[in-house]
Amino acid sequence: MNGGVYVGMPAFPEAAEAAVRDEVLRGNLRHATGTIRARRAAAVAELSDWAALRAAGAAIKERTLRHLDHYLLQVEERVTAAGGVVHWAADAAEANRIVTDLVRETGEREVVKVKSMATQEIGLNEALAEAGITAYETDLAELIVQLGDDRPSHILVPAIHRNRGEIREIFADRMATWGRPAPDGLTDEPAELAEAARLHLREKFLRARVAVSGANFVVAETGTLAVVESEGNGRMCLTLPETLISVVGIEKIVPTWRDLEVFLQLLPRSSTAERMNPYTSLWTGTTEGDGPRAFHLVLLDNGRSDTLADTVGRQALRCIRCSACLNVCPVYERTGGHAYGSVYPGPIGAILTPQLQGMEDELAASLPYASSLCGACYEVCPVAIDIPDVLVHLRERAANGGAVSRRGTPVRIRPARGHAAERAAMRAAAWAFDRPGALRAAQRLGAATRRLHPRRLPGPGRAWTASRDLPTFPEQSFRDWWTRNRDDRQP
Amino acid sequence: MRVALFVTCVNDTLYPRTGRAVVALLERLGVTVEFPLGQSCCGQAQFNTGYRREAEPLVARFGRVFEGFDYVVTPSGSCTAMVRENYPRVGSRARAEGRGEALARVADSVVPRTLELTEFLVDVLGVTDVGAYYPHRVTYHPTCHGLRMLGLGERPYRLLRAVRGLELVELPGAEECCGFGGTFAVKNAAVSAAMGADKARAVVETGASAVCTVDNSCQMHIGGTLSRMGAAVRPVHIAEILASTEEEIW
Repeated sequence: MNGGVYVGMPAFPEAAEAAVRDEVLRGNLRHATGTIRARRAAAVAELSDWAALRAAGAAIKERTLRHLDHYLLQVEERVTAAGGVVHWAADAAEANRIVTDLVRETGEREVVKVKSMATQEIGLNEALAEAGITAYETDLAELIVQLGDDRPSHILVPAIHRNRGEIREIFADRMATWGRPAPDGLTDEPAELAEAARLHLREKFLRARVAVSGANFVVAETGTLAVVESEGNGRMCLTLPETLISVVGIEKIVPTWRDLEVFLQLLPRSSTAERMNPYTSLWTGTTEGDGPRAFHLVLLDNGRSDTLADTVGRQALRCIRCSACLNVCPVYERTGGHAYGSVYPGPIGAILTPQLQGMEDELAASLPYASSLCGACYEVCPVAIDIPDVLVHLRERAANGGAVSRRGTPVRIRPARGHAAERAAMRAAAWAFDRPGALRAAQRLGAATRRLHPRRLPGPGRAWTASRDLPTFPEQSFRDWWTRNRDDRQP
Repeated sequence: MRVALFVTCVNDTLYPRTGRAVVALLERLGVTVEFPLGQSCCGQAQFNTGYRREAEPLVARFGRVFEGFDYVVTPSGSCTAMVRENYPRVGSRARAEGRGEALARVADSVVPRTLELTEFLVDVLGVTDVGAYYPHRVTYHPTCHGLRMLGLGERPYRLLRAVRGLELVELPGAEECCGFGGTFAVKNAAVSAAMGADKARAVVETGASAVCTVDNSCQMHIGGTLSRMGAAVRPVHIAEILASTEEEIW
């Protein structure tokens, strides 16, 4: 793990090519994304003011990010006043160190976890394991991933790449290693699988004295954190243990409860296609005789301030991790999340990962190209992130390098590797297109040699002709037809 | 009303029939079409692949060539979207980089006047029945930039439904991308081909004899995939259907 990118993964095109050939994976994904896509569309269509909610969501986030310095200090003040302790983490290593030290201070060797993207981004479970502390994932899908020694492939549904039969195998084979074994004779009936997970997890909830969570939102005016979930495991983790440590990206702030109301409408309908999610947990510091005795909030930067410095790319920080863009993406549907090689897959991952962790890595530099720019992601985004625009912006950075912010300092980065030939071709094409005489000469050459054109192209053109025939070159271009037939003034 | 045809580099070079169909169609509707020979390419391939600065001379050229026209009509949703959505970005980013107002002025000038063909027909000319005859079973694929960037909506369908002899059949999963995506088709060829194959299969399953779009670049991908599959479905640009009459089937 390196700030969101899994080390040792190939660049997107190679990983995607392998994924596309996996028929089981494609079947699982087609079924799952197709189902949730239709349900989301229906849930959104129920609200006559969806467009206004979406605009409000975008505007609230945009304004909050513009004044983030103010709201962060407000959060620190309110959380502290309510009995919590606020920690500031500039990067993944610092956040991991803080959390590890906090767990050590309790004397505990295990923690239960609420599903959290931020802790995945920093590789917290691995860092805790190195310190001899076991982290138990309690979200059902995260449990499947953890037991299977696997990686999440979706933000909301981390085990979307698995079908029921595969999940039964994982439970039957692996639960005993981690705690209570799966019941004998477990079948792949969803109710039986859920019951096996419930029994396995219940043991952990009742024993755990430390919990680690993220947060969907932090309400600045009262210093209140919010976690929305479907299974109730989050509620268990947030209320039963004595110590609660929440790792939260600094972009998660909303100024007021009135603002939160907008997002509690946008998020469930966009993510699980529900009118309202089953569990919404809200907590403010600590409360005597109710819930954890100690509460720590770790505010995580890890590339967010640098992202904020980019006037085009910063809109990615509005993201509320709903996954609607993954579910609607035709590329994601065919490759799954693992091909993206990063904690944040899909369209949002393709703009978030290269910004949070930089584009020096070949994989990160390949992500902005993992899109046909069809625009379906932008259309469904509940906070109107223009993902295609940011993708193109990041392609510009990959192709040409440019000015970026690194740990708050402006630096110039070099173009990503492998763009020299493309750059030459793009410049040549632009040169020719700026000289219609040259364009006409090229068209006439193409027409004169049309019978000689091969059906299969060599070099980079092979990528086209491997699966598609080429159009037949016409006898004359449009401009030649026009000048010969319609325009007497031209030769 | 002075109307210019921006035929686009793809149509100019590979699909001149489409350009000729636009001319025939508009002239039949009483519009005098001019074709300024200084035109070339909108710069979309450069811009979308990350070469914004390389697209700038083409943006400037577009502004010069189409100055003085009331409308610039384009038989491509994608190239129209490049002008309408991305020229303002080219302009504002050049301005933000301290390189003056010229490109921003080009965008301000051409954006309101540049229309995709079906927009021009329905919104400006106010026609949906263009007097066409096309005796075939046709399915329509709404290409992404026309659908989502321009919001063409019902316009192409209304035009096609008014064509005599034409049987319009619904395309399952119509709003899903065909997988072309410009340089995406070669940079991520495996995914592009998988998307293309799914789209081609959906087209074949409709039983249509022709698949219609407003974009020949997407059509090159869909048609090339259909051809490789050995399917007999013919890709056809909407302009060619609308230009067709009893006397002359395009």
